[in-house]
Amino acid sequence: MINELLGIGAIYFLTLVLAWPLGRYLARVFKGEKNLLDFLRPVENGIFRLSGIDARREMSWQQHLVALLTINLVWFLLAMLVLSTQGSLPLNPDQNPSMSPDLAFNTAISFLVNCNLQHYSGESGLSYLSQIVVITFLQFVSAATGIAAAVVVFNALQTRATDKLGNFYNYFVKSLTRLLLPGSLVVALLLAFNGTPMTLQGKQELVTLQGDSVAVSRGPVAAMVAIKELGTNGGGFYGANSAHPLENPNYLTNAIENIALVIIPMAMVFALGFYLNRRKLALMIFGVMTVGFVVLLAPTVYYELQGNPAINHLGVNQGLGALEGKETRFGAAASAYWSITNTVISCGSVNSMHDSFMPLSGLTQMLGMMTNAFYGGCGVGLLNFFAYLIIAVFIAGLMVGRTPELLGKKIEAREMKIAILVTLLHPLLILAGTALTAHLYAGNPTEYAGWLANPGYHGFSEMLYEFTSASANNGSGFEGLGDNTPWWNISTGVVLLLSRFLPIIGPVAIAGLLARKKYVPESVGTLPADTATFGVMVMAVIVIIAALAFFPALALGPIAEHFSLY
Amino acid sequence: MKQHLLPAFRLTLVLLVICCLIYPALVWAGAQLAPNGGQGETISHRGRVVGYDNVGQKFTRPEYFWSRPSAVDYNSAGSAGSNKGPSNPEYLAMVQARLDTFLLQNPGVPKAQVPAELLTASGSGLDPHLSPAGAAVQVARVARARQLDAAKVQALVAQHTQHSLLGPDRVNVLRLNVALDEL
Repeated sequence: MINELLGIGAIYFLTLVLAWPLGRYLARVFKGEKNLLDFLRPVENGIFRLSGIDARREMSWQQHLVALLTINLVWFLLAMLVLSTQGSLPLNPDQNPSMSPDLAFNTAISFLVNCNLQHYSGESGLSYLSQIVVITFLQFVSAATGIAAAVVVFNALQTRATDKLGNFYNYFVKSLTRLLLPGSLVVALLLAFNGTPMTLQGKQELVTLQGDSVAVSRGPVAAMVAIKELGTNGGGFYGANSAHPLENPNYLTNAIENIALVIIPMAMVFALGFYLNRRKLALMIFGVMTVGFVVLLAPTVYYELQGNPAINHLGVNQGLGALEGKETRFGAAASAYWSITNTVISCGSVNSMHDSFMPLSGLTQMLGMMTNAFYGGCGVGLLNFFAYLIIAVFIAGLMVGRTPELLGKKIEAREMKIAILVTLLHPLLILAGTALTAHLYAGNPTEYAGWLANPGYHGFSEMLYEFTSASANNGSGFEGLGDNTPWWNISTGVVLLLSRFLPIIGPVAIAGLLARKKYVPESVGTLPADTATFGVMVMAVIVIIAALAFFPALALGPIAEHFSLY
Repeated sequence: MKQHLLPAFRLTLVLLVICCLIYPALVWAGAQLAPNGGQGETISHRGRVVGYDNVGQKFTRPEYFWSRPSAVDYNSAGSAGSNKGPSNPEYLAMVQARLDTFLLQNPGVPKAQVPAELLTASGSGLDPHLSPAGAAVQVARVARARQLDAAKVQALVAQHTQHSLLGPDRVNVLRLNVALDEL
């Protein structure tokens, strides 16, 4: 057990050590200062020339958003087209069929919004062409979209009054060429050398030692797994995602993948500090995020190492913890650690099956997605946190009777309205979606019997988890849910769309509005935002808005199940 | 929006070439240097490939070490966990049944020594490993079925146990069974 705890400690420490310099590097990249990969500039210029883009043209926040949404629309159409015709397109050695329209809609949206709500299983649901042209492609560009939006906010928070916030295509392309592509190349090769396949050949038929005939699924796995983690998308090549022993062959690859998925969200926080030259502010944000992360992590590791009390009653040896849905090579601790990193970061890849975790671990996983800002997804985690920050500044300002200001810009009613709308959207989508579905199910349990794999409280948790995951753009699931039906495909598809683009549009709009305002130098009358006291304030806002809103729903699911089991 | 549509379209085409052609090609080229040319490591026995190092297999005969239960019955063209919740009565009955079966087929093993991993399905359904305890509890049965000295089988298990500084110790079931057949 000590080995296992040391293991997760080492993974966290390594992530932190790597994220700090990466943050400094990212700040230099996006400020246009000299950096390590400047030799790629001709490549970037080539990309811009071929696309007919002038990457030096400054954009207002509205122009940024129009550019962002337009290119996302193009990707959606491309994805729909390929998924619904993949059966007759090339690179399909296993002869997998085309997707039904509602499944194609759900899959296209899901990856477009950097989520991975996979209502299919990779081995039988996608051709290699779809795996590469739809899934891998969207994993790159959707992550870059999130990072670019966060950089627009960085730019807007500088101490000057302006309308010009840099060029969207510039930020977007540089996120790819300077970060995601080189990073993925390194991770993919590390995986390939540890046994992850990277081939275009189909399944291998063989006869096992005992004499059974099996076919082993292969494919261009390494390339995709690298970007699925680094871009915090999480969509696995195989159905079992990173629990699959070819997708994640050993403890080392598990550590590499786990570091890869946390590193950019962490580095973006540091990058904010370096970019604005406000390191203390970045540390305050990082501190709040880390406290939230650890509070969710500790009970999960504890309960998973303790094992399932119902199995303890059988009188067997459960010394290694709860192992249903977990792999021997990772163990209970590293599985619990992975599940929390993946839910706070809206990555959604899994190395163990969340459905089989202890009830309170399921609760912490859901809380990670409900707050959705402890580190958070590539770029967007910081945007969510920014909305909480605005609300905290406003409330704190009112409490002490000072004008609410953030970084020398006044926060007024308009910004506040946007921030509140964005943060309340999340509980609305989750709770309304779950309520509606539970209503449907309760009205006709026989017709919808295929939805739930588990009875009672746990069944309710499965539905709640699915909408939480969709609204957080996470993509993991309590996979017992029979989710490839028109109701789930369409309802979660709509939730995904709303919960991706509104939380990007809102914070970018706030930042754009702030950027225009006159800069008021900090004085004794200013409420400092980079102190521990203010950190506590932000945490309180997150707890009240994000966590408490969900308490009644959580009481019906995981909390009730906990008390029935312990 | 109109002025962004054409650049968006062209940029998408350029990025498709970079992300979907050049990037995978680079990874593929690098993977050619990896063990077995990036196709996953395989294990051979008596001149034929009997499986992948990293893909678990089903073993039901008493002379082999058994892998963990699997929700997909070790069908390596698919992969999944059971997704059973911890309080599901049907699931707990299944665990109890697996325990009863195991005790019946391994007479003399006390219940308290049976590790829970042998009663619970893995996340992928293709878990290639057992913990040392999961192998140890099967030694007596395997030795009896093969008419070998239990100490010899025990030594083979010890030899195939992979220790690591971080993370759990484990035994690769297929490698262990191949070694048994080669004794």
